Amino acid sequence: MVKLCMRIISLTFLNHIRDIKDPEHPYSLEELKVITEDAIEVDDKHSHVRVTFTPTVEHCSMATVIGLCLRVKLMRSLPTRYKVDIRVAPGTHATEAAVNKQLNDKERVAAALENPNLVDMVDECLAPSYD
Amino acid sequence: MDLIEGNLELKEIQKLEGHTDRVWGLAWNPATGVAGIPAVLASCSGDKTVRIWQQNPSGQSSGSWECKAVLEETHTRTVRSCSWSPSGKLLATASFDATTAIWEHIGNDFDCVSTLEGHENEVKSVSWNSSGTLLATCGRDKSVWIWEVQPGNEFECVSVLQGHTQDVKMAQWHPSVDVLFSCSYDNTVKVWAEDGDSDDWHCVQTIGEPNKYCTLTHLSCSL
Repeated sequence: MVKLCMRIISLTFLNHIRDIKDPEHPYSLEELKVITEDAIEVDDKHSHVRVTFTPTVEHCSMATVIGLCLRVKLMRSLPTRYKVDIRVAPGTHATEAAVNKQLNDKERVAAALENPNLVDMVDECLAPSYD
Repeated sequence: MDLIEGNLELKEIQKLEGHTDRVWGLAWNPATGVAGIPAVLASCSGDKTVRIWQQNPSGQSSGSWECKAVLEETHTRTVRSCSWSPSGKLLATASFDATTAIWEHIGNDFDCVSTLEGHENEVKSVSWNSSGTLLATCGRDKSVWIWEVQPGNEFECVSVLQGHTQDVKMAQWHPSVDVLFSCSYDNTVKVWAEDGDSDDWHCVQTIGEPNKYCTLTHLSCSL
């Protein structure tokens, strides 16, 4: 029963992020397999969420932007008690550790979200597309 | 006895409300909270303001902290860090807008008496030396700046310290000697001191291995 609940929670959270648009290609992160069904791990008891995404190419320069989009969408969608960790799938990016570090640095994220150009880019990716 | 036996309990006496965004830093005014002077606290926030809080003298420890001033319309981005000068007369505030503002308490207000510019992007930390004659700032542009306090609230940059290879998260002076510590995203702590002969500031020691996967965000000296 608990397992079923966890699965429902994971899928609910996944719904928040699966339709985020890729910054460079006219497809959703799910369509590009950047996000899969296993992307989200939720520890509801400890209010902890971990998102793992797979950049399309190893030297993807948009990895930090995608990570920022994920964080912003979840920040806007989840109850504030959740702590969110975002990471690239191990072995899928050339500068994996550096990207992960930046994505989870509270100060860097806050500063990035004060950059109007970046915020515009993120909002573009998060905007629903009515196709 | 209670301390040794572990019978310490923290009790919240008041919640100070007013900021409309995350509070990033706090600083107690060192010249207050003693000799009958009510304690004064500064807080800085993502809402671009700094608030000054003072304990109501009649309230004592049971609460009654009030917001005495809101320092606004100066910083244009998050105020990340604030620090009082040792005399308690000046307050330095470091902001993501790349500036550091210096405020002076005049009458019932705080006036911004100086704005330190030079960093290329977000300033993350500001620290006064023990005598209040020097100020250090650091930020994402990988540099640490040392400013000298001159008469009339003028500040002159005396050195721009390069050496860190990434974001410098915090700078802190030694509590008694003019030695500066900085810690960085590059996983090192650097120690800076003035060369007796040439008055040049340089890095006298680097602790840690650059760019191993860790970030240093905080420094604290024990006496």
